[in-house]
Amino acid sequence: MGTAIERKKTINPLRVMIYLGIVVGVIIPMIPQLIWAFSHRWLFPSVTPSEWSMRAWEYIANPNTKVLSSTLNSLIIAVSVTAISILVGIPAGKALGMYKFRGKSVIELIILSPSIIPGLAVTMGMQVIFIRIGLSDTMLGVIIVHLIPTIPYMTISMSGVFANYDPAFEEQARSLGASSMKTFFLITLPTVFPGIVTGGMFAFLISWGQYILTVMIGGGRVITLPLLLFSFAGSGDFALTSALSIIFLLPSIIILFITSKFLSGKSSAMGGFGNL
Amino acid sequence: MTRRVTIGLLLAPAMTLLIVLFFGGFLLGLMQSLTYMPLIGLNEPSLEAYRAIFTDEQFGKSFLLTFGISLSTTLLTVAFAIASAMALRHSFFGKRVVNFLYQFPITIPHIVIAIGTMFLFSQSGTFARLAYDIGLISDQGQFPQLVNDRLGLGIIYVYLWKQIPFVGIIVLAIMQTMGNDYEELARSLGATKMQTFKHILLPIIIPGILPASIICFAFTFGSYEVPFLLGRPYPAVLSILAYRLYDNVDLNARPQAMAMAVFMTVFLMLFVFAYKKLLKKAAGRD
Repeated sequence: MGTAIERKKTINPLRVMIYLGIVVGVIIPMIPQLIWAFSHRWLFPSVTPSEWSMRAWEYIANPNTKVLSSTLNSLIIAVSVTAISILVGIPAGKALGMYKFRGKSVIELIILSPSIIPGLAVTMGMQVIFIRIGLSDTMLGVIIVHLIPTIPYMTISMSGVFANYDPAFEEQARSLGASSMKTFFLITLPTVFPGIVTGGMFAFLISWGQYILTVMIGGGRVITLPLLLFSFAGSGDFALTSALSIIFLLPSIIILFITSKFLSGKSSAMGGFGNL
Repeated sequence: MTRRVTIGLLLAPAMTLLIVLFFGGFLLGLMQSLTYMPLIGLNEPSLEAYRAIFTDEQFGKSFLLTFGISLSTTLLTVAFAIASAMALRHSFFGKRVVNFLYQFPITIPHIVIAIGTMFLFSQSGTFARLAYDIGLISDQGQFPQLVNDRLGLGIIYVYLWKQIPFVGIIVLAIMQTMGNDYEELARSLGATKMQTFKHILLPIIIPGILPASIICFAFTFGSYEVPFLLGRPYPAVLSILAYRLYDNVDLNARPQAMAMAVFMTVFLMLFVFAYKKLLKKAAGRD
């Protein structure tokens, strides 16, 4: 007995508490929504609902409610924002990750500043101009403001990826006669692809989860899922709020499964944040 | 193509978008805060909006609340991130499951977890019901206010839930790069666990998580969604106060909203600057 315990001395009570804390702490705030989504009547002080119901899901499945249209709006906006962020983030990340040049710290500061300064603060000033040029209350306007938080994220992720990228491959391809286009598509792109996937998915999630920027520029005309979720939460219909919140969560769960291997700590896409 | 041109072309699209949107937005906000808008015939800049917000007694309370929530969130995030990352370095039964759950909050939107927190901790929430069931309280009102409370506890909880894994994964990455050699060397020379932690691990980890902790502080300081769901109407955090002024039917409140936005921007820039300076000084002394 005694020797068995001694051999197992890696069991440290503090560490076990941390593991349990992670498991319980992460799961517990998700549980009430899972139950509320299927409940009909759940008054204090019952610990479980007294009546179950699929009412919330029937409402969500009904194509005549705003759920379908706002889901579509959210998807169109988030996909466009992701595509634009990837297009401008790859080259900028390459410049920052692979080159040393004068004024680099200034460029880095400019790219980093939107992750420090709240989007709310700069969007407020912009709205006047957006009204003038007709971008206010439009989906295009919302896509444009969502770029403020996503471009820095994408660029920082890509600069982390490119910092670990060996430019010798490109030089070899060029010296063997490949055009710069060909080099990019056959050499550069495949190597940095995992970084693009991770960065792009997070850009998608940042746009997907935006509330206040959408409200300010969309003016309540462009209804996305977060707007609907806030209005349900405000109306006190907890069953509907919970069901919609589960729908809202789906992309996150899918993305979590896809990216969890990239995020394991070895990932250069996350490491980019440590290098700034 | 010369190298300079290449770099310029690579950076141009992202920089153009950010400068136009971000700095354009800031400048326009600054002009409106000074009620200086030549386009609509306002040619006399004035500091009236700033005077109005700084003399409002709600502003001081809101600032302290916002700052307190952000600072405590950041310090607790860093402490828990280091502790959990150190525990996750070891191998143990169920490590894959725990690792997966640890990453789980990173992709979950703030709004979802804020709603979950409300259901869990409010005075009619799951914990209040459990407390009633086991006889700890005999009435809803006896359950402590953990959301929509004076100190912003519910808000802090949501940010910790989201940010600990974000910083923790960076700590794990740093420790992976560092390896065990330094620690083993220190231990073999007779350093205690505590000494190894304080003199070997911390000096390597802290500078590495500096950017992430700045981002945590700034994000908590400026975000709107979580305090909107879990905060109090009075005193509210600065972002809520600013949006309330912005959304006011009285258009004269607009410059005050802009002034508050400018204040938040300038404060965050100064804070980050001072924080970096301070850490550089501390590192220089060692």
